[in-house]
Amino acid sequence: MATASITVSETPLVLYTLRRADDALILGHRLSEWCGHAPMLEEDMALANIALDLLGQARELYSYAARVENKGHDEDKFAYLRDVRQYRNLLLLEQPNGDFARTMVRQVFYSVFADLYWRAMMKSDDPTLAAIAAKSEKESAYHVRHSSEWIVRLGDGTEESHRRAQTAIDDLWAFTGEMFAVDDGERGLIDAGIAIDAATLHDQWLKTVSDVVREATLTLPKNDWMQQGGRSGSHSEYLGHLLSELQSLQRTFPGAAW
Amino acid sequence: MVAVLSDSDLRQRAWDAAATVVDPEIPVLTIADLGVLRDVQVHDGRIEVAITPTYSGCPAMNMIILEIELALERAGFARPTVRTILSPAWTTDWMSEDGRNKLRKYGIAPPQASSSRRALFGDQQVACPQCGSDNTEVLSEFGSTSCKALWRCKSCREPFDYFKCH
Repeated sequence: MATASITVSETPLVLYTLRRADDALILGHRLSEWCGHAPMLEEDMALANIALDLLGQARELYSYAARVENKGHDEDKFAYLRDVRQYRNLLLLEQPNGDFARTMVRQVFYSVFADLYWRAMMKSDDPTLAAIAAKSEKESAYHVRHSSEWIVRLGDGTEESHRRAQTAIDDLWAFTGEMFAVDDGERGLIDAGIAIDAATLHDQWLKTVSDVVREATLTLPKNDWMQQGGRSGSHSEYLGHLLSELQSLQRTFPGAAW
Repeated sequence: MVAVLSDSDLRQRAWDAAATVVDPEIPVLTIADLGVLRDVQVHDGRIEVAITPTYSGCPAMNMIILEIELALERAGFARPTVRTILSPAWTTDWMSEDGRNKLRKYGIAPPQASSSRRALFGDQQVACPQCGSDNTEVLSEFGSTSCKALWRCKSCREPFDYFKCH
C-alpha cells in the first residue's frame, strides 16, 4: 500500500461515532457487492438502494466524527486511510455475503437492531447524532420490512431455501451479541445523555426477530455464546480483504478525485 | 438611479430563483414542491440557501446544489452558498398538493399519508396513476431511485413507480 494510514484521536465521542459509521460503511459495501449479481432485477435495485442509504448514513457520521476530532481528517480519510485494526464495525457486518439467504439473515439481524437503535437515538442530547438518527430510522424501517419479508419467503419456501436460511441463522447467530455490548467509554456517553444503552434494546430485538423467524417456520439457536472484537479492532479475516478492495484506489493514487 | 432592494426583497427573489430548480430524477417536481428547499437567508447581500436531503444517500443532492448555485448566479446573485441540513428530517408530508398532482400526471403515484412504515407485513393500497384502479400490487419496495417503490396495476397491467411515504 502506497499511502500511510492516519492516526485517529479516539476520544469517547469520536470512537462512538466511528463505530456507527463503520457499521454503515462496511454493510453498505457488502451489499454493493451484490450489484449486478442479485437473483433478480428488483432485488438488485433493492440491495443497491439499501447500500446507498447506509453509505449516506456513513458519510454523515464520518463527517461528524471529523468535526468532533478536529484534526483535519474528513469522511474520505476515515473510510480510505484506516487499516483493518482501526476499523470499529460489528463482526456481523463484515461477514461475507455467502448465498442470498445469508445476506438476508445478516440484514434482518442488523436492520431490526438499527431501527430500534436509531429510534432511541433520536432523543440523544447531541443534536447532530439526534438529527442523523431521525434520518436513519426512516430508512431502517424499510430495511427491516424488506429483509423480514425475504426471511419468510425463504424459510417458508422450498426445502432448499429453508435449509439455506436456517444454516445462515445458525452460523451468524454468535455475531449478534456484539450489537448490545457497552464498554466503559460508551457508559460515560450514556450517562451524559449522548448515547443510549444498547443493552436495553435486546429484548425488543429478540421479540421482533423471533416473530419473523417463527413466521418463516425457522428457529433461533439455543446457544448464547457470543463472539466479540469488532468494536476494538479485532476483526475476522474477511475485513482486510474487503478493505483492500474498498481502499485500493486511494492507497494507490492518494487524493484521487473525480 | 439604482434601485436598492431590501433584504426581504432580495430573499424573495433568491427564493423564487432557487425554487425553479427541479429534481434531476423527477423533473416535473421542483425542490420547492418536494419540500427539499428549506430556507433562504441574506447575509450582507450574499445568499445562503438551506436544503435537506430526501434520503441520506440521495445521489441527486450534489446535482441539486450545483443547479441552485447556477440558478442564483443567473438571477444575479454572486457566489451563493448552499448548506445541507438534516433536522428536522425530510418527510413526504412537506410535498405540496400541487406537487402531488404533478407526480400523478407524470405517472408516479404520490405518497399516501395513511400507510404505516412500521407495519411488518402490512398491506398498503396505492391507486394506479394511469387508470385510477385500487387493484394494484407491490413488485419491489425499492425502485429506480431511493424515494420510489415499484408497483403494478392488476387492472390495466401497467407497472408504475410509487413515491414512498417517508
